[in-house]
Amino acid sequence: MSLWEYANPRKFMETSARVLPWLWGMTVSCLLVGLVWGFFFTPDDYKQGSTVKIIYIHVPAAMMAINAWVMMLVASLIWIVRRHHVSALAAKAAAPVGMTFTLIALATGALWGQPMWGTWWEWDPRLTSFLILFLFYLGYIAFWEALDNPDTAADLTGVLCLVGSVFALLSRYAVNFWNQGLHQGASLSLDKQENVSDVYWFPLLVCIAGFVLLFVALVLARTRTEIRLRRIKALESRERLAE
Amino acid sequence: MGALLIRDLRLAIRAGGGFGLGLGFFLILCVLIPLGVGPEAGRLASIAPGILWVGALLACLLSLDRIFALDWDDGSLDLLATAPLPLEAVVAMKALAHWIVTGLPLVIAAPVLGVLLHLPGGAQGWLVVSLAVGTPALSMIGAFGAALTVGLRRGGLLLSLLVLPLYVPTLIFGAEIVRRGADGMAPATPLLLLAGITLGSVALLPFAAAAALRINLR
Amino acid sequence: MLRVQGLCVARGGIAVLEGVEFALEPGQALVLRGPNGCGKTTLLRTLAGLQPPLAGTISVPQDSLAYASHADGLKPMLTVTENLAFWAAVFGTGAAAVAAALDRMNLAPLAARPAQNLSAGQKRRLGLARMLLTGRPVWALDEPTVSLDAASVRLFADMVRAHLHGGGAAVIATHIDLGLSEATVLDLAPFRARAPDQGGRRDAFDEAFA
Repeated sequence: MSLWEYANPRKFMETSARVLPWLWGMTVSCLLVGLVWGFFFTPDDYKQGSTVKIIYIHVPAAMMAINAWVMMLVASLIWIVRRHHVSALAAKAAAPVGMTFTLIALATGALWGQPMWGTWWEWDPRLTSFLILFLFYLGYIAFWEALDNPDTAADLTGVLCLVGSVFALLSRYAVNFWNQGLHQGASLSLDKQENVSDVYWFPLLVCIAGFVLLFVALVLARTRTEIRLRRIKALESRERLAE
Repeated sequence: MGALLIRDLRLAIRAGGGFGLGLGFFLILCVLIPLGVGPEAGRLASIAPGILWVGALLACLLSLDRIFALDWDDGSLDLLATAPLPLEAVVAMKALAHWIVTGLPLVIAAPVLGVLLHLPGGAQGWLVVSLAVGTPALSMIGAFGAALTVGLRRGGLLLSLLVLPLYVPTLIFGAEIVRRGADGMAPATPLLLLAGITLGSVALLPFAAAAALRINLR
Repeated sequence: MLRVQGLCVARGGIAVLEGVEFALEPGQALVLRGPNGCGKTTLLRTLAGLQPPLAGTISVPQDSLAYASHADGLKPMLTVTENLAFWAAVFGTGAAAVAAALDRMNLAPLAARPAQNLSAGQKRRLGLARMLLTGRPVWALDEPTVSLDAASVRLFADMVRAHLHGGGAAVIATHIDLGLSEATVLDLAPFRARAPDQGGRRDAFDEAFA
C-alpha cells in the first residue's frame, strides 16, 4: 500500500484520529522533561548566567519557524503536482503555527537580547531575517483568508509559497550582506567542536524533539479542522446549486 | 506583442496620471521626509539612499493593481488569454509597460530628488544606475503580485502585503549600491547581485504570473 | 471541426453540466438554450480553454476557436478603430480586415469616436466586430445580442450567416431567435448535473467522505 493513500481525506481523518492522542502524550512528556531538565537541572552559564536557559524555548522555536515554512513548501508542491486536497489544507493549517513559532523566537530573542546585548532589538541579520519571515507568513495567511473558492485559493497560495520561498532565501542572503550581526553562531551543528557543551546539549535535544512533536500534533489537529470546513463548504455550495 | 505594449502605453497616457502619478508621489515623499526628519544636510545625506529607494518602491507599488485589474474588469483578459499570444508574453509586456510608465520616469527624475536630499555628488550616477537596473525587477515582481490578486474585489491592500516582502532583496542591494557610491566604495558586488535579481525575475516570474492568471481566470 | 464528448463542466468546483455531446461541421451553428445559471457561460468558457473540463473531451484544431464573452473587452479611452486595430494586430490580420469589419457591423461612421462615447448597442456591435478579425473558423459567442436593437440583431445574424457560408462554425448562447436556418438548437436543461446522491458524479474530495 502506498503512502499516498493517507492523502485520501477519509483515510487521513481515521489515521490522524488514532495517532493524535499518542502524539499529544509524547509532546507533553517531551516538553515537560526537556524544559524541567533544562530550567532546573543545568548549571548557569559562567558568562550569561541563568538567562542562557531561554535557549530551551528560543532555539527550538526558531528551528521550527523555518521548518514550518519548508513543510508548507513541500505540501504546496505536492498539491500542485498531485492535487491531493489534504496536502493543500495541511499547508494552510501549518502557516499560523509557523507564524506563532516565529513570533516566539522573536519575543524570546528580545527577552534574551536585553540583558546580553543591552537592547531589545538589534537590526542583526538573523533577527531581521526572522522579521521578514514573519511578514511572509502574514502575507500567506492573509491571502488564504481573502480567497473564496477553495481550489483557487490552494493553487494561488501554492504559487505564492513557491515564489515566496525563493525570495525568502534571497532575502536571507541579502540581509547577511546588508549587516554583519551580533547574533552568536549556530547553537547546534554536526561539528561537535562548535556545539554548546553537553550539559545544555541533551536537554536541548529533548526540547527540540518536543517542539517538533508539538508542531506535528498542532498541524494534524488543524488540518482535521480545515478538512471539515472544506467539507462544509462543498456541501453548502452543492445545496445552493440544487435550489 | 508590440501592439499590446503600444496599447497599454496609449491607455496610460490617455487615462491621465499614468506617467505623472508615480512621479508626483515620489516627489511628495522626498519633500515630506526632510520636513519630518529636519533640514540638517548631513543627516539627510546619510539617509538619502534609503529614502530614494524606499520612495521608488512605494511609487511603484501605487500603480501595481492597475496592471491587470482594468483588463480583468472589462473582459479583455479573457480575450487575451484565448488569443494567440502566450499569456507569459502578455505578462512580460504589461510589466514592461508598467516600467516605462512608472520606473523609467523615476530613474530620470531621481538625480533632481537626490540634490533635494543632499545626496553626495559621487553617488548621483550610482543612484541612476541602481534604479535603472533595479526598477524592472520591481515592476516584474509587482506584476506577479497583481496577477495573484487580480480576482479579488479589494486586492489593493493585500497586494502590498504580498509584494513588499518580495521587494526586500531588491531594496537592500539597490540602496547598498547608492550608499557605497556615497561613501566612495566600489559598488560592483551589490550591482551584480541586483542585476542578477532583475534578470532572474524577468526570466522566471512571467511563468509564475501567467500560471496565477490562468488559475484566476478559471 | 468541433467535437464534444461526454463533457462535464464545473463552476466553482461543482459540476453544473454533465454528459454534454455535440459535433459541429463547417457551415453549422449550434444555439445553446437553457435557463439562467444553467451553465451556458461555463460551457463556453470551457470550450474556449479558459477552464479545464471535469470530464470528457473537446476536440477542436489548435488555434481555431475564437471566444466572445458577455464583456466586450473594449478600452473606453481608445477609438473604435484603435480598439479593433489592436485585436487585428494580436490575431495577425491586417488593417484591411479592420476596415471590412467596421463596414460589416455598420461602425464606419463611428470609426474615430472613443469607445466610451458609444451607446451600449454600439459597444456590443464593436465587440462583435472583433470576431471578424480573429480569422478563426469556430466562434463561441456568449449572449451576443444583449442590448442590440432589431436592426442590429439582423446585422449580426447576417454576419454569422456569412461566416457559416465561408466554411466557419459557431456555438451561440442566446435566448432570442436569430432566424438562422443553419442553426440547430441544443437545450442544456437535460444535461444539468445531478447531485451525487442521485447518481451524479462526485469529485475526488467528496468521494473520500462518501
